[in-house]
Amino acid sequence: MSEAPLFQLRDVRRQYGETLAVDVDEFAVRPGETLCLLGPTGAGKSTLLRLLAGIERPTSGEIRFREAAFDAETLPLVVRRRITLVFQRPALLTDTVRANVEYGLRVRHGRRQLRAAVDRVLERLGLSRFATQAAQTLSGGQIQLVALARALVLEPEVLLLDEPTAHLDPAHVALVERVIREEFRQRSVSIVWATHNLFQARRVAQRVALLLSGRLVESASTEDFFESPTDPRTKDFVDGKMIY
Amino acid sequence: MTDPPELLARDFWPILQLSLQVSGMAVLIASVVGIPLGAWLGLSKSRLTPFVRVLVHTGMALPPVVVGLVLYILLSRSGPLAFLGWLFTLQAMVAAQVILALPFVVGITTSAVAAVPRELPSQLRSLGADEGQVRWTILGEARHGVLLAVAAAFGRSISEVGAVLIVGGNIQGHTRVLTTAIVLETSKGEFAFALSLGAALLTLALGVNVLILRLHGSPPLHE
Repeated sequence: MSEAPLFQLRDVRRQYGETLAVDVDEFAVRPGETLCLLGPTGAGKSTLLRLLAGIERPTSGEIRFREAAFDAETLPLVVRRRITLVFQRPALLTDTVRANVEYGLRVRHGRRQLRAAVDRVLERLGLSRFATQAAQTLSGGQIQLVALARALVLEPEVLLLDEPTAHLDPAHVALVERVIREEFRQRSVSIVWATHNLFQARRVAQRVALLLSGRLVESASTEDFFESPTDPRTKDFVDGKMIY
Repeated sequence: MTDPPELLARDFWPILQLSLQVSGMAVLIASVVGIPLGAWLGLSKSRLTPFVRVLVHTGMALPPVVVGLVLYILLSRSGPLAFLGWLFTLQAMVAAQVILALPFVVGITTSAVAAVPRELPSQLRSLGADEGQVRWTILGEARHGVLLAVAAAFGRSISEVGAVLIVGGNIQGHTRVLTTAIVLETSKGEFAFALSLGAALLTLALGVNVLILRLHGSPPLHE
């Protein structure tokens, strides 16, 4: 018998004014998998991640995490703290890199000694030498690494990634992919990774889902998705006809 | 004319002390009330927020004499607040200055909080912060603006004359502060003493602003 889904979405809509950003009839994320959300810019990937993170409410429909239905208003803090979202455009505190990485631990544990955990994650992402530097002096790519570090240090059960390598050079893209793969292997973290990069999805995902204009087009194992897509739009996307 | 040094020795320190006492208390009360209110307004997404902000900004232009007049009517024997017995007391002067300082604290704090990146609250929530922690962190991010709000409120309070003159009565040793003393000394032709008091007022404002700057260091770096 297969394990119950981690996330289960039914008839979920998210509307901003007249714009329907997400319109998903049925969608599930399985525990312990790395699922890539593929889709062009504006497909609704970020909105879907915000809904899964419990920081935004669906306009209609139901999202379940494990057994419990939730939305941004009703999700208990203790459950929300098991899910962490790395944003596409991270906003950092006007403080040092270390203080930014510590933030999530501090709100959970107060001023308890957090140094070792923070040092470890800074080291893994090559940020140790920037630890005492003001976050506002970092480059776009470094800011993205700090945003990933402040999420990883929390060791969440679910890691939601919104284009976490968008501003990184190829060497750092490889570093981030390696670190996240290690997380996946060592802690069986469940990952939902939004990207518009087909090659990245192929490298990191076990399952891939395609979103177009907020709607789920197809979801399949990585191999099936790329080698034998069932929907012609998926085929077009994989063939590079819909990338912009 | 009395010799200015003699006047300084006799009257200056009690007046300075009273000014600091009244304005300090007024700024403290305005800050305790106004900073949380400004933070709430800065983060609020209500459709009414812009309207409330316009009202608050209008409050920054409240004429002190009008505030003094209204407060005088409320506190006078036939007024609804006569039972407080505050007319011509420090409490009435503090109340007048709180009314004048509050819009500055609320308005500038609101702008400072609203200037924090809009995505930050969501990102703090996704890192596990509860609503109280989110608001506290945002206030921390807006700290330079919040301190500016406190400095502006102090400047408004310490330099104000119309309201405290009306509700305080400029009673020597009881309700006479720097600004009301300047008005009195000018009317008596004691220009040298009035100017000395004016210089003291400016020095006080400078001292408070230097203190605030030292408390906070330089503003944050921006790319």
